[in-house]
Amino acid sequence: MTKADLIESVYLTTGFSKKESAAIVEMVFDIMKSTLEGGEKIKIAGFGNFVVKEKASRRGRNPQTGSEIEISARKILTFKPSQVLKAAINEDF
Amino acid sequence: MTKSELIEKLSDGHELLNKKDAETVINLIFGGIGDALSEGSRVEIRGFGSFSVREREAREARNPKSGELVKIPSRKTPFFKTGKELRERVDESL
Repeated sequence: MTKADLIESVYLTTGFSKKESAAIVEMVFDIMKSTLEGGEKIKIAGFGNFVVKEKASRRGRNPQTGSEIEISARKILTFKPSQVLKAAINEDF
Repeated sequence: MTKSELIEKLSDGHELLNKKDAETVINLIFGGIGDALSEGSRVEIRGFGSFSVREREAREARNPKSGELVKIPSRKTPFFKTGKELRERVDESL
């Protein structure tokens, strides 16, 4: 499934044109991206939480050469699925 | 940001979209992704990330309270991999 499938389902359900449906779906992900970029988490009930975490710098090794390198501090995005989503995925058909 | 705040922001940012429509759209998006994952499909949203299902193997563990050995059956878990654009935007905001 890709964005195109989500656009199609918005188009079929809402009555907006394909072009408008595409703009709306694009807008949803744009809002989410700017929110996360600002370090704010997003909680979608029944789906899961998107959380930005700060990782401290640490020493690591280049696995190819074995030389020790400094891995800089960074921010990463994590997704924690809700119990509802986990249960749905494990349901037998 | 909660789901209802996302719905509000979407509706505010789009002239033609009232709150009810915005709610329908958000439910379609996350419901659609969830349904696809339940069927075992992978979902890829360019610039945002991809959702997939990973298998966790069955294992034996101990109940930390009683020390009892328990068998944990294999199960599936949703997995999200952040897309390149979003990964860079999140990190560069440091």
